[in-house]
Amino acid sequence: MKASVGGYARASDLRHALELLSGSGGLGRILAGGQSLIAAMNMRLSAGDLLVDISRVSELSGVSDAGDRLLIGALTRHVEIGGNPLIRQHAPLLSQAVQYIAHAAIRNRGTIGGALAHADPAAEFPACILALGATLHIEGLNGRRDVAAEDFFRDVFETAIGEGEILTGISVPKAEAKETQVIEEVARRSGDYALAGLCLVKRPAGHRVALFSVGPRPLLARAAMTALDKGDVEGAAQALRDDMDPPSDTQASSAYRQHLAQVLLRRAAARIEGANA
Amino acid sequence: MTIEFGNPDRPNSYIGKTVPRPNAGRLVQGRGRYVDDIVLPRMVHVAFVRSPFAHARITGIDAGEAKSVKGVLRVFTGKDIAEVCTPWVAVLAHLKGLKSPPEYPIAVDRACWVGEPVAAVVATSRAAAEDGSALIDVDYDPLPVVTDMMSALDADTPVLHEDMGDNLAFRRLHEAGDVEAAFKSAHKVVSTRFRTARHTGVTLEPRSILADWNPAEGQLTAYHATQAPHMIQTVLAEHLGVPEGRVRVICGDVGGSYGIKVHVYPDEVATAAIAKIMARPVKFVADRLESFTTDIHARDHEIEARIAVEEDGSITAMDVDDWTAIGAYSVYPRTSAIEGNQVVNLCGGPYDFKNYRAQTTVVFQNKTPTCQYRAVGHPIAVAITEGLVDQAAAELGMDPVEIRRRNMFRDDAYPVTSPANMRFEALSHHASMNKLMDLMDYDGLRAEQAELRKSGIHRGIGIASFIELTNPSPFMYGIGGARISAQDGCTVRMDPDGSLVALSGVTEQGQGTEAMLSQIVAEGVGVSPDKVRVITGDTQVTPYGGGTWASRGAGIGGEAALQSARALRESILTVAAAMLQTEQSRLDIRDGQVVDTATGESRMPLEEIGRIVYFRGDTLPKGLPRELVQTRHFITSDYPFAFTNGVQASYLEVDIETGVVKLLKHWCVEDCGRIINPQLVDEQIRGGIVQGVGGALFEEIHYDGDGQLLNGSMADYLVPMAAEMPDMVVGHVETPTKESLLGAKGAGEAGTAGAPAAVMNAINDALRPRGAQITEMPFTPERILRALGVLKD
Ligand SMILES: Cc1cc2nc3c(=O)[nH]c(=O)nc-3n(C[C@H](O)[C@H](O)[C@H](O)COP(=O)(O)OP(=O)(O)OC[C@H]3O[C@@H](n4cnc5c(N)ncnc54)[C@H](O)[C@@H]3O)c2cc1C
Repeated sequence: MKASVGGYARASDLRHALELLSGSGGLGRILAGGQSLIAAMNMRLSAGDLLVDISRVSELSGVSDAGDRLLIGALTRHVEIGGNPLIRQHAPLLSQAVQYIAHAAIRNRGTIGGALAHADPAAEFPACILALGATLHIEGLNGRRDVAAEDFFRDVFETAIGEGEILTGISVPKAEAKETQVIEEVARRSGDYALAGLCLVKRPAGHRVALFSVGPRPLLARAAMTALDKGDVEGAAQALRDDMDPPSDTQASSAYRQHLAQVLLRRAAARIEGANA
Repeated sequence: MTIEFGNPDRPNSYIGKTVPRPNAGRLVQGRGRYVDDIVLPRMVHVAFVRSPFAHARITGIDAGEAKSVKGVLRVFTGKDIAEVCTPWVAVLAHLKGLKSPPEYPIAVDRACWVGEPVAAVVATSRAAAEDGSALIDVDYDPLPVVTDMMSALDADTPVLHEDMGDNLAFRRLHEAGDVEAAFKSAHKVVSTRFRTARHTGVTLEPRSILADWNPAEGQLTAYHATQAPHMIQTVLAEHLGVPEGRVRVICGDVGGSYGIKVHVYPDEVATAAIAKIMARPVKFVADRLESFTTDIHARDHEIEARIAVEEDGSITAMDVDDWTAIGAYSVYPRTSAIEGNQVVNLCGGPYDFKNYRAQTTVVFQNKTPTCQYRAVGHPIAVAITEGLVDQAAAELGMDPVEIRRRNMFRDDAYPVTSPANMRFEALSHHASMNKLMDLMDYDGLRAEQAELRKSGIHRGIGIASFIELTNPSPFMYGIGGARISAQDGCTVRMDPDGSLVALSGVTEQGQGTEAMLSQIVAEGVGVSPDKVRVITGDTQVTPYGGGTWASRGAGIGGEAALQSARALRESILTVAAAMLQTEQSRLDIRDGQVVDTATGESRMPLEEIGRIVYFRGDTLPKGLPRELVQTRHFITSDYPFAFTNGVQASYLEVDIETGVVKLLKHWCVEDCGRIINPQLVDEQIRGGIVQGVGGALFEEIHYDGDGQLLNGSMADYLVPMAAEMPDMVVGHVETPTKESLLGAKGAGEAGTAGAPAAVMNAINDALRPRGAQITEMPFTPERILRALGVLKD
């Protein structure tokens, strides 16, 4: 199929982008790395969009140290997330996640903001920022607001970003001294979206477990977290059953996804044990 | 006329060597010319409106709105096209009982699968044609659908084509010996149900055609990504009512075919019909969704099979009940009964036993039609045979290699006829197995496997012997009445500068045909391969031929090239002998020079002969033959097919918690007769293995109960990719066929034929200690966990 585009404009800065969006009569659509959007347009799953290209808005790109947090611009590419020393040191979960995302050509273009705004339930970054308890920064012509990761993901491809708003970046708390972060997933082929995946963050204050590809959005496995806090890995694996109700599709049944999540939890817990031993 | 193939130091020894591919530089520099690259004056584009229902009556088509879209020129319905194009019926006389209803380029009053064309929109761009298509309003009256294979013939299942009476397209039963008695008296009987999934041969370049009708010449020219230009010429001529000589099919660069592009597709014929009606060039290039819904599918089989063995492992009988569902129509003109027929012909292939029964049942259903895809029927037959042999070995407590050695035809037993009535000229099962054992260090691997098992690592080794049908004679299609040439020809000519042009009826799909032809012609005449320009794929230019299918390019097209090159060499030497006033037998051609055979001393460059013949013919004796163009054709006649053989092995690890299979290594030893270009053969084997692995682990087209295709994209239909592929080791045994001077058999399908069975046996070898077995392809992680009993519901 050939894409059917309503129009295209390249934004010079954030303000310009927001103005273009607000002037688009509701048809405006942010174009970041294009790695999800262009594919959707080429299948005519999305048609008539007025594209607002933010890829040249340099203020939205890059990683900076903000004391107890890292500030990551929405336009930071997957490949940069993977290689950035600040992220490696303070949010290793994100750097680990990159190896699972797509293929090199896609990682060179895809942006973390695009991945979060797209909110594919099988994507890695949304689950990562949920496990890390990150904050998302959203801006519109009327001002800025912050949304906690737990409130950001609404449904399949649906987020808290409102009409006329742009996700400008995220703040991620820096890992504490004794913190460990691991990500585990099973995909059919390298670079494919996961059949099921899991992020495990162990902090002095307790465990955080975020699952992906097991529901309409990434989810915090609270029952499992409680069991892990008690040191009961097997109990946590069993508790996962209450935390999720995965869908079935041509790639995997609900039962298989559930089983995988449990296997991944045990493996992640064992890795953390190994890391702390 | 002989060539000392055994002597690698002979003059012009290009056959048997890896030479550079003449088209590689062009393709990697982006200078290829695919159909989509061709732009003609006044060219327009067509997009098709396709049925969203698996079965529905078409009660009305409203194109009003579509016609008002900017750029849209015209809309065609099935009735419009039927006025200039007759429907076809895909049957073959030698497949007794095969039936199929007439099929139209665009459905006339009934659509029979999701994706069948129901209208065509022609516009100045493909995008505009798609905009128009989206606005065509078709009224459908949904009809009952037939989707399940095994219940297709049940009394309460609706009949898909009323005129056909029932949903049975074809059935063939073959019986040899006394099967029942053999099973009764057997020491052990093993029976299993196998399933191979419906998949398709994803080509990098989608199906493409650019058709141009020139009313002033009364000629239709079709630029077409096809494997069989002459066959398409015949088909277009016949159904569009144009004399065959007034249809020209030109096939430039093609980005992969695998059998997908050897069939007649309704949308492509409709494109040609529209070109004829509009008298201007019309282009159709399928997009990826169209590829998944309308390229032929294949391999949708369910099989119940059993094997009888004696205590010493000898096979006494095999019994195979194969079912396949082929979609709504048999595909033209090769038919969709061939795959099932091949299963009957090929099961038990490597083994010397007497009692064999096999039946194939081919049914209609409301899905995309299936037809021949790389290694037609082989992966199924090899999986059945090798799966049963492995299970029998396990029952007997015998090593899988040992049971094969006890049953394979002896290497000195040929010629023999198999219980399926296949005639084998000369095969090398034992030599191939011996070579495989050395290459893979079988005993060492077994020891490693046992050691790792102690620490809970589940590795498996799978072996699969196979035969492959290549170099077909007219017994494959011609005797059934299809105008599909089993013969092929080559014309070789020398130009004034001493360079050569070879025109061949076999085609280049990206597999290296032109490299193969250039080195044969180079050796046949006595020049270096870079002096040979190869031209393929133009029905008005090349000798008439069959093109690419059934691994015939090297064996048939290569032999024609060798014969014509040798004939040209003789013609050149006739002229040279006259010029040099010596005997022709004392002269040879080496590296573009006429030389003294005995001393190798150069007497004259070919350019000099070219100069004299073309510009100073007056200086040659009157009446001296000076034909520097020679054509030869070749067809096999001693055997219906040249069978090849080989054996593959897979080594892999199963993660029994997730069900994920990791391929660790793969081996293939095969015997394709004379190897013309070692690298091309090895890469054919490797690529074939990858496609076989695709069928074993990844590829599966899903439909729901309403006949809706559920995974029509590269994200949802999983093709094998590089990261999952193991290192592959390829070895060869060479048993040239005596039917030709060249001695080459085919090599294009061996990899695909054996890989699924090798992988299946390796997985089952890994699972056996846990009492699990899996025979339903693809072997997804989930299916493996179910086989292990980890997942139950
Ligand atoms: C073959 C393939 C495999 C892939 N595999 C994976 C995988 O395994 N895991 C994974 O996580 N991803 C995968 N992806 C997706 C990839 O990571 C994308 O890059 C990412 O999901 C989207 O980022 P983008 O910058 O390309 O966004 P775009 O495609 O440009 O945009 C995506 C959507 O987000 C919106 N958007 C983008 N940026 C913003 C913003 N700043 N504010 C508001 N809205 C915005 C757009 O309007 C659009 O709706 C794969 C993609 C492909 C093509």
